[in-house]
Amino acid sequence: MHNTGQRSRFLITVTCFGLAFLYIPMALLVFYSFNYSKIVPVWGGFSTRWYTKLFESEEVWSAVILSFKIATVTACFATLMGTLAGLALVRFGQFKGRTLFTGMITAPLVMPEVITGLSLLLLFITLGDLIGWPERRGFTTITIAHITFSMAYVAIIIQSRLAGMAQDLEEAAQDLGAKPFRVLIDITVPLIAPGMVAGWLLSFTLSLDDLVIASFVTGPGAVTLPILIYSRVRLGLRPDINALATIFIIVVATAAFVAWWIMLRQQKKRELEMQMSSEEG
Amino acid sequence: MINTNQVGNSELVAAGPAIIKRLSRSLQHRWKSIVIFIPYFWLFLFFLTPFFIVFKISLAEPAIASPPFLPMIEWADEGILRIKLVFENFVYLWEDDLYFKTYLNSLKISSISTLLCLLLGYPMAYAIVRARHPYKHILLMFIILPFWIPFLLRVYSLMGLLADRGTINNLLIYLGFIDEPIRLLYAPFAVYVGIVYTYLPFMILPLYANMEKLDASLREAAADLGARPVATFITVTLPLTTPGIIAGSLLVFIPATGEFIIPDLLGGGNVLMIGRLLWDEFTANHDWPVASAVAIILCIVLVLPMMLYQRTQGKQVED
Repeated sequence: MHNTGQRSRFLITVTCFGLAFLYIPMALLVFYSFNYSKIVPVWGGFSTRWYTKLFESEEVWSAVILSFKIATVTACFATLMGTLAGLALVRFGQFKGRTLFTGMITAPLVMPEVITGLSLLLLFITLGDLIGWPERRGFTTITIAHITFSMAYVAIIIQSRLAGMAQDLEEAAQDLGAKPFRVLIDITVPLIAPGMVAGWLLSFTLSLDDLVIASFVTGPGAVTLPILIYSRVRLGLRPDINALATIFIIVVATAAFVAWWIMLRQQKKRELEMQMSSEEG
Repeated sequence: MINTNQVGNSELVAAGPAIIKRLSRSLQHRWKSIVIFIPYFWLFLFFLTPFFIVFKISLAEPAIASPPFLPMIEWADEGILRIKLVFENFVYLWEDDLYFKTYLNSLKISSISTLLCLLLGYPMAYAIVRARHPYKHILLMFIILPFWIPFLLRVYSLMGLLADRGTINNLLIYLGFIDEPIRLLYAPFAVYVGIVYTYLPFMILPLYANMEKLDASLREAAADLGARPVATFITVTLPLTTPGIIAGSLLVFIPATGEFIIPDLLGGGNVLMIGRLLWDEFTANHDWPVASAVAIILCIVLVLPMMLYQRTQGKQVED
């Protein structure tokens, strides 16, 4: 294209600035996690002592275990129910209360966390007074809260995947005499499986990420990882939190790199196959 | 085509056609009902009901008790059901300047941050759309990657940058621009930086999705017809990307208005935002009815942007 030299330079500058803005704070975080000094931004020589301290802390370990337990249970239930909800929205046509259902699915996505947290806490307290359940807040109440907002995300993923898919295969199976349930298991589920995997991963991270809602609905003794981190960083910079953040960043970066590499390979394979088939045709 | 299923059915149909037909239909019907019922029931119980409880408590009378409000429905002495609704909590919010100022301040901070996100995000999304093949995916990955790093830790990373003895101040002192650290953290500036930093990807991705669908030939046609780049941008590109701008802006504006972590960790005690006020009202003051009223008002403030977002989303799914 013509006349784009100046414009491209502008776009490249802004993009570089934006990316630097996104990544410099994290790079510094990683850098200072290897700082010997107790005062984070003052360099006192290379050291891994904050990692040692982190791994020796029982408090941190129990928070990590609790958070991973909650995230795993949340991801499984949210994927199951979100998939059912997505299916109902796309494939079942009109049913009673559909408008309300759609509203309830999308509302948690945009509802401010403080409101979701407050309302769920008040529900748990009311239920506790009325029927004696939940007796105490903690693992169960946090998990229920996380399932509620995660399933909305899963439903949206499944919905957009199904909406973009023709019903040909399902209809063909039905014409061949498959019962609706068989169609669901043999045709629809394999088709939406990638969406379910994405939904599971998203639910898992959303659950692991949540501070506000968990702070509302938790009880004595149930300290998730974000709650622990928050209680520490409220008072200022902490080198052991730098170390913890570095571990997270390394795990995420590695996973992203692996995913990207797999995707690239699959794409190349697909392109090759397409080339071959077009040559045959 | 051999169809065992139908053969089996047809034998039975001979025995009692109407009954079987109805039975199998009801079974089919019930299967679908169960699929709908499970998520429906869950959301009804854990999303809709809690909301009504908040609404109810916002209309209750505060009390020093456990729970800290008086029951709304009670049997009066003569066996008459008495329902007591108290609007005092809302009146209190209206009369106390603090709440009004806090709502306004939240809206101001979130609108300005949304605008900043748009100004930074729009060119970035545009650059990604126009990037060549391998770079496009790499850039996109760099925009998505922060989503997978815990929000809290990303906010924390800014604390290290902005603190009195943080990287920026150290650098400025080292370069000789300043002698004393300037206050960046625990000030409104840090809150703006925090919101733009954490919500920028939410702005870029809808914009990218929208621009990706745009037909480049429209732009070229405008250029061929003699439109200058600026004119092409204003008359062609900008109107066509309005849905992306709206979706991205709402995705930043709505959560930023109710934000709790950023004003708390980066604003310190100096920046009032409604999410923090609600939290303090509930945990520190232990005033549930007022906290509930604050939540209801926040919902009312955000209901329009939320509905707007749902409508644009619905349209996108249909497309």
